[in-house]
Amino acid sequence: MFEYMGDRLSNAIKNIRGMGRITEDNINDAMREIRMALLEADVNYQVVKEFIAKVKDKALGMEVAKSLKPDELFIKIVKDELVELLGGEAAPLYVDGKPSILMLVGLQGSGKTTTAGKLANYLRKKHSKSPLLVACDIYRPAAIEQLETLGKQLNIPVYQEGKKPVSEIIKNALEYAKENHNDYIIIDTAGRLHIDESLMDELKQAQEVCHPNETILVIDAMMGQDAINVITGFNEALSLTGCILTKLDGNTKGGVALSVRHLTNVPIKFVGDSEKLDGLSAFHPERMAERILDMGDVLSIAEKVEGIISEDDAEKQAKKMMSGKYDLEDFLTNLKQIKKLGPLENILKMLPQARKMGLNKVQIDPKDMAHIEAIVLSMTPYERKHPEVLKASRKQRISKGCGRDVAEINRLLKQFEDMKKMMKSFSNGNMKLPF
Amino acid sequence: MGLFSKLKSIISKKEKVVEEVKEEYQVDSIEEIEEEQIDEVSEEVEEPEEESVEEIEEPEDVEEVEEPNDEEDAEEPDDEEDEDWANFIKEQENKKKIEEAKEIEKYDKGLEKTRKEFVSKLSMLGIKYTKVDEEYFDELEEILINADVGVNTVMKFIDKLRKRVKEEKITDTNYLNEVIVDELFVIYVEGESLTDKIHMAEEGPTVILFIGVNGVGKTTTIAKMAHKYIEEGKKVMMIAGDTFRAGAVNQLEEWAKRTGAAFYGKENTDPAGVVYDGLIKAKEDNVDLVLIDTAGRLQNKVNLMKELEKINKVIEKHIPNAPHETLLIIDATTGQNGISQAKSFQEITNITGIVLTKLDGTAKGGIVLAIKEEVNIPVKFIGLGEKMEDLKPFDIENYIYGLFKDLM
Repeated sequence: MFEYMGDRLSNAIKNIRGMGRITEDNINDAMREIRMALLEADVNYQVVKEFIAKVKDKALGMEVAKSLKPDELFIKIVKDELVELLGGEAAPLYVDGKPSILMLVGLQGSGKTTTAGKLANYLRKKHSKSPLLVACDIYRPAAIEQLETLGKQLNIPVYQEGKKPVSEIIKNALEYAKENHNDYIIIDTAGRLHIDESLMDELKQAQEVCHPNETILVIDAMMGQDAINVITGFNEALSLTGCILTKLDGNTKGGVALSVRHLTNVPIKFVGDSEKLDGLSAFHPERMAERILDMGDVLSIAEKVEGIISEDDAEKQAKKMMSGKYDLEDFLTNLKQIKKLGPLENILKMLPQARKMGLNKVQIDPKDMAHIEAIVLSMTPYERKHPEVLKASRKQRISKGCGRDVAEINRLLKQFEDMKKMMKSFSNGNMKLPF
Repeated sequence: MGLFSKLKSIISKKEKVVEEVKEEYQVDSIEEIEEEQIDEVSEEVEEPEEESVEEIEEPEDVEEVEEPNDEEDAEEPDDEEDEDWANFIKEQENKKKIEEAKEIEKYDKGLEKTRKEFVSKLSMLGIKYTKVDEEYFDELEEILINADVGVNTVMKFIDKLRKRVKEEKITDTNYLNEVIVDELFVIYVEGESLTDKIHMAEEGPTVILFIGVNGVGKTTTIAKMAHKYIEEGKKVMMIAGDTFRAGAVNQLEEWAKRTGAAFYGKENTDPAGVVYDGLIKAKEDNVDLVLIDTAGRLQNKVNLMKELEKINKVIEKHIPNAPHETLLIIDATTGQNGISQAKSFQEITNITGIVLTKLDGTAKGGIVLAIKEEVNIPVKFIGLGEKMEDLKPFDIENYIYGLFKDLM
């Protein structure tokens, strides 16, 4: 994701560190690196050009304040510019309508149907809405079934009429929503090319029928330079109110995010960052820019953790950890909580200076986590509280219970002991936190 | 310079032909005639040693084909779903021939447009840039980057070009354009003989595995491939290895119905198991060609990549030398991430070719040039639309001309 950008940027900026002041000569290399990094991240060619010119201009015109070193100043300029490109303030979703209507549009395969499911889930959870999903992809085989399956998984109603004209389906869906007191209507449409006039007309007609509060373009974060043609095409035809960037859980650099807002003024409202149905996060330009610049994204982690672990629990846990009374029972609870946070790699990557510790490249197989959990679950509660009683015969039994061999169990126990020791030394103040 | 001299002669002959036709017949729309003439010309100058250069498709019966009517494109949705599907299949069958000829016409018209534009662009470039200077290189860089050709590939390419300009003291921009096309061609072909043919098993079923990230068009490509080989009289079976995404099995099953392929699939089970059972059935039924769909997976998801490895092993164990082809599907809109996709998938499977989908939009899919250079996987097919006829063999020559559509 974005953090790959950080690698090159931070290297480039490091070179400026020792300089007394910013001159054209000493930032040339850095500017070139930044340019390459942005191009490799699929940032629009024109945007890169402008960005480079602007940063250079600002950097050269800046008096070096006494409190800031040249590299710090330079970072500040780059970051401010990045934030501006990414859209400044976060743009919230419109939720005030009674009902509110949202229409999802985009190319084939950008992830509209999955996003529709995620949005419905989000609106119900965070805004206590009663959403209705409307299936308007009448072209792709089994698209309606896909939405219906998602609806079933989430227990959210799906309105469909098979392969009828889209504006008719929407008209009837609005009636249906009224009768059933659904206060948020999410319309899933078929994927189409922005240059396909007849299909674009279909969307225009749909807009005329329901006057959506939000018309949102779903766009694949892996998109290259063509993104701008797609975004302008859809925006000109449909006056988009926002954008959702999908598949950001891949290793794409997602430079398309930098292009979207700057060239079209369409805000990015969410990013899709997991295949799970809660894999939808608000887009925060400020945090994203900080992340690009290797400043970490602790706020995002905090927000994620907040929804899962209550503050009291967290405090209790921390006390226990520090006192050295942390046992496998607590470990199991934590393990379950961590699982709820989604893929662990994503969390690790958000830590400040994750790259320096090599955490950004850590790949964790969810199965490994499952194996650990299986081992702990195969122990009796007594064994979890007193792991020291685990001898050969008990380990044999556990091994049979969880299907992992004894060596693996030993490894886990060793790691657990090491971890406990480390926590204790944290609390004794013998060791500084790594960040 | 073999390619370019050929190209040049095509162009000059074409221009001459156009002029002649114009003068002699005073035709308003010279496009169709021009098309045929050009194809003849291109055949004449075809050089036998260049195996990789595909023959340009000849639209023999273009003129006999009815004009496309718009009604067919926008399928009228019906009340009764089943009836609609039945109608759809019927319609497809009835109009298959017309549709197909239409497609050829569409594809060829597109190519013809490209060729025409290419000619005018070369001359335009000569007018705009009389000198080979920085500005010229800047514009070239922009064209290539905008086509999503890999950043490293572009930078290396331009460095190479600068060197050649310096060494050979090239000042004529017209000549440099020839060099550019030539060099791009060299990057892609690299002295290999590339083929877009599918490697068929000598005995028993041929197995093709389709892989790629989410939403690139794997399932649709399978439908197109099935259609192609059913037309050729092969017995084709689809196996739904995407047991994860909601509706994926249904989607493939629907395509099996429409194309007339056999189908095997089960929802919410282990994909490797489905593939295993499917292959047994394929052998029992004496199927010629087995097309295996897999779930879309982002290349950095370890568990999903392991799953693919397992599927691959199951196929290998079951049918010797299978899969005979492993096709990586890449969306033409994909940016620099395409290289990472090719690398990661190559690590766990033996990719034999790429299908570049969604080329009917405005995206150029230039990342395939970088993939060829860095990972050495050639493109075998391109996807030009959502219909089952929209799969065409990849032709590097035409593709490179296409990149230069935006030269001006």
